[in-house]
Amino acid sequence: MAFVALGQGSAGNSSAPKKASRVAFILLAPGMIYLGLFFLTPLVSLVITSLKTASFTGEIGMYDYGFQVSNYAYALDQYLPQITRSFIYALIATLMALLISYPIAYFIGVKARNKPILQAFLLTLVIAPFFISFLLRTFAWKQIFSNESPATQFLQSIGVLAPDQYVIGSSFAVIAGLTYNFIPFMTLPIYTSLERLDTRLVEAGADLYATPVQTFWKVTFPLSLPGVISGTLLTFIPISGDYVSASRDFLGGSDTAMIGNVVESNFFRIQDYPTASALSVMLMAAIVVLVSVYVRKSGTEELL
Amino acid sequence: MATEFVARGQDLELVGIHKEFPGFTAIENLDLKIPAGEFFALLGPSGCGKTTTLRIVAGLDEASRGKVLIGGKDVTASKPHERPVNTVFQSYALFPHMSVLENVAFGLRQRKVADPLAKATEALQLVELEHLALRKPQQLSGGQQQRVALARALVNRPALLLLDEPLGALDLKLRRQMQVELKAIQMEVGLTFLHVTHDQEEAMDMADTVAVMNKGEIEQMGAPEALYDRPKTAFVARFLGQSNIFVGDVVEENDHSISISCNGQRIAAPKKRSEKHSGKVALGVRPEKATFHADKPDLDSNHNLVGPGEIIDIRFTGVSNQYLIDVPGFGDITVFAQNVGKSPVVELGAHVWVSWKVEHAFGLSDLPLKADNDEA
Amino acid sequence: MKFSLGKWLLPTYVTLAFIFTMIPIAYTFVFSFNKVEKSNIAWKEFTFDNWLNMCDQPVVCEAFGNSLAIAVISTLISTALGTAIAIALGRYKFKGRSATNLLLFLPMATPEVVMGAGLAAQFLNVGISKGFWTIVVAHVMFTLSFVVVTVKARVATLDPRLEEAGRDLYANASSVFWRITFPLLLPGIMAAAMLSFALSFDDFIITQFNSGPETTFPKFVYTAAARGIPPEANVIGSLVFIVAIAIVMIVQVRASLKAKKLRA
Repeated sequence: MAFVALGQGSAGNSSAPKKASRVAFILLAPGMIYLGLFFLTPLVSLVITSLKTASFTGEIGMYDYGFQVSNYAYALDQYLPQITRSFIYALIATLMALLISYPIAYFIGVKARNKPILQAFLLTLVIAPFFISFLLRTFAWKQIFSNESPATQFLQSIGVLAPDQYVIGSSFAVIAGLTYNFIPFMTLPIYTSLERLDTRLVEAGADLYATPVQTFWKVTFPLSLPGVISGTLLTFIPISGDYVSASRDFLGGSDTAMIGNVVESNFFRIQDYPTASALSVMLMAAIVVLVSVYVRKSGTEELL
Repeated sequence: MATEFVARGQDLELVGIHKEFPGFTAIENLDLKIPAGEFFALLGPSGCGKTTTLRIVAGLDEASRGKVLIGGKDVTASKPHERPVNTVFQSYALFPHMSVLENVAFGLRQRKVADPLAKATEALQLVELEHLALRKPQQLSGGQQQRVALARALVNRPALLLLDEPLGALDLKLRRQMQVELKAIQMEVGLTFLHVTHDQEEAMDMADTVAVMNKGEIEQMGAPEALYDRPKTAFVARFLGQSNIFVGDVVEENDHSISISCNGQRIAAPKKRSEKHSGKVALGVRPEKATFHADKPDLDSNHNLVGPGEIIDIRFTGVSNQYLIDVPGFGDITVFAQNVGKSPVVELGAHVWVSWKVEHAFGLSDLPLKADNDEA
Repeated sequence: MKFSLGKWLLPTYVTLAFIFTMIPIAYTFVFSFNKVEKSNIAWKEFTFDNWLNMCDQPVVCEAFGNSLAIAVISTLISTALGTAIAIALGRYKFKGRSATNLLLFLPMATPEVVMGAGLAAQFLNVGISKGFWTIVVAHVMFTLSFVVVTVKARVATLDPRLEEAGRDLYANASSVFWRITFPLLLPGIMAAAMLSFALSFDDFIITQFNSGPETTFPKFVYTAAARGIPPEANVIGSLVFIVAIAIVMIVQVRASLKAKKLRA
């Protein structure tokens, strides 16, 4: 939703007076300076920190300014499995969220269009998870998937799981948790673009001899594409950096750690700030590359 | 109670107004004087600069050059809220978050006038909407919103009231009704009205003086009857009503008239109704001033006669029939015949002659452009 | 047969999907009534005790209070800064518009762990010790763009002629803003503030990197997860949920009543 909105609406008012740019500057300056100080320069700090060298005093958590590019090689060498896992998990969870969200969004935006009360009720259901801490929600999944829970016991009794096999700690549990937490981020932008969809276009498709399935793929889906693109971005990006679901205290196990988990442990547990920073810089770089390729391929460059 | 709103309108003077927008000139060196208490219409097609002129008077746009004087006082540098001017906006621009009454009281409150609600109620009585005072604007019909906008402006008793296509959003019937009401209110309160419109019928119906604007300049200004009777440019001749225009070189000039030769036909116009007396000149006549004849009539020199031509189109418009006659080698002529039930019985394809009195012809200062021809 | 399948497939799927999204909420709620001895993983026994004595674990309530305070302060700041930016973007022409848009877009396209670690690295490099105010600084930073996007959508629907009408009716610049622009933007500003509040209140990753010793509610839950989250946390979570849903329902009922009144 955010992406769609930001992409549009850059049309200025044509009758803006001449002194406008000074007023605009006064309005913009505080916020933009703020973002410069606390968003942009931290990214620079991250790069600087990623190149630091261990302090020659040998004290833990102390580093000197330097240009140690090998920090990146070290991080890659040490954490390649976690890095690739992050993107695989993010990809699967994003697709799962799309699969779950699209029908919901379609139902609310198109089928329930003329029933405002039902529409409002369902939209409230969509955003309801936002109102309960996502850590508590993730912990609830831990309870649901816990080894002694009815769900696990049921799966074991019907033979889906072996008696000594558990859900918690598996990739499945982590991906399920990630998918679940980001469903509203997928549903809302798709809903926004479907809600604006002119149903007469669908009728025109039907009128022109397209079957309902053909009409969906030729008319409805392409028109909802901006929503799908913002939804997938709003889901994929935060998932790739998430470390709550994959944490061992929540849904993860010994081999589910993602890039966020290693950034966290390097930063807090062993205070290896250069490695944590190098990992963050690589994550950011990968996101920038992936997002720009994706946006270009999907032909909606005006999004950026 | 309406006397409450009677104010001395003031005169408006624009001196050398020039307005540039990035890439084009909206107004070209405009001089204009509107006497106090007059209903003045600025008429022109969209993009002619009329709305920009109005916005400059209101102070919503700044002129690149030139001065705005209201009641003799230079207000060029004044902000909109410092000018004794109020505007009725095209889409009314009523504040959606305020009641009708609060909308009308807005200007009074801003100027800290005593008892704003009582005065606003009186203004609503003037436009016969006091029973809707507590509604929100969105709950009113288009015509009612228009009247609220009018009350909201009038209640401030401005020296000058600006109307920016105020009837544009209404349907035809309501439009005509509002024209009558607006004119009545103007007469009652005696304010100076500057009315911007692209509807020539509206301008002629309501205004004391009409200025026809084209491409950032005023082409002609005067009483509606005078403008219609004697347009001076091809644009005015065609924008204000319809005209047949013929172009040719002047072949004869005497004390009373000039004559041109146009594709072998000879056409005359009174000298005092002509802007140019030599060279290539355009003469015109209104379609309702022309008549046609089944046989070549025997006419004196006070008439112009062209023909024979063929009737190639007939349109029934209710009050009149419009005939389009093609004279070979000469061009098309439009003739309106009043629908009084005794017009000559003619059919498509009939061959006729067209005549009109020389005194009804007018001579233009310029020649019609190709684009104007297409438009007409 | 095929027809009725097609007709029922979508509603059934949507119902199942909603059940899926509601399960953890129900779980959180139910487990707030669990009588807990060691950990709140498995169901033991029903009790009201957790609700009646929700501040028995003082850390939970203290963390909750911190989260509220941080959310209120950062929402006030980011709503003010973001509204100003949204008005500038929607109302004025200026150079560097696309650079501005990019800088606003980036925080929304950056994983939280990157923003969190970056800001933490900066605080480390310049030697600022982390605590309550560094969390506020971080929250204003990542909520600002969302405020801008939300308010800008509202600015786009605002007819500039309304402001012109105000100027024409003797209102000076500040009157125009406070009596016309601001009231008309208010629904958008309120929505932005609520979004900002929710984002701040529920944030964990950025908070963890920039909180130092300070605890917030999500941070408490995260830390407690290793040992088992106390049921008092479920109580607070459920309470917040109920209040938020109540607010949403009041807003929606009021909006539909207003729409009905306008139609009448």
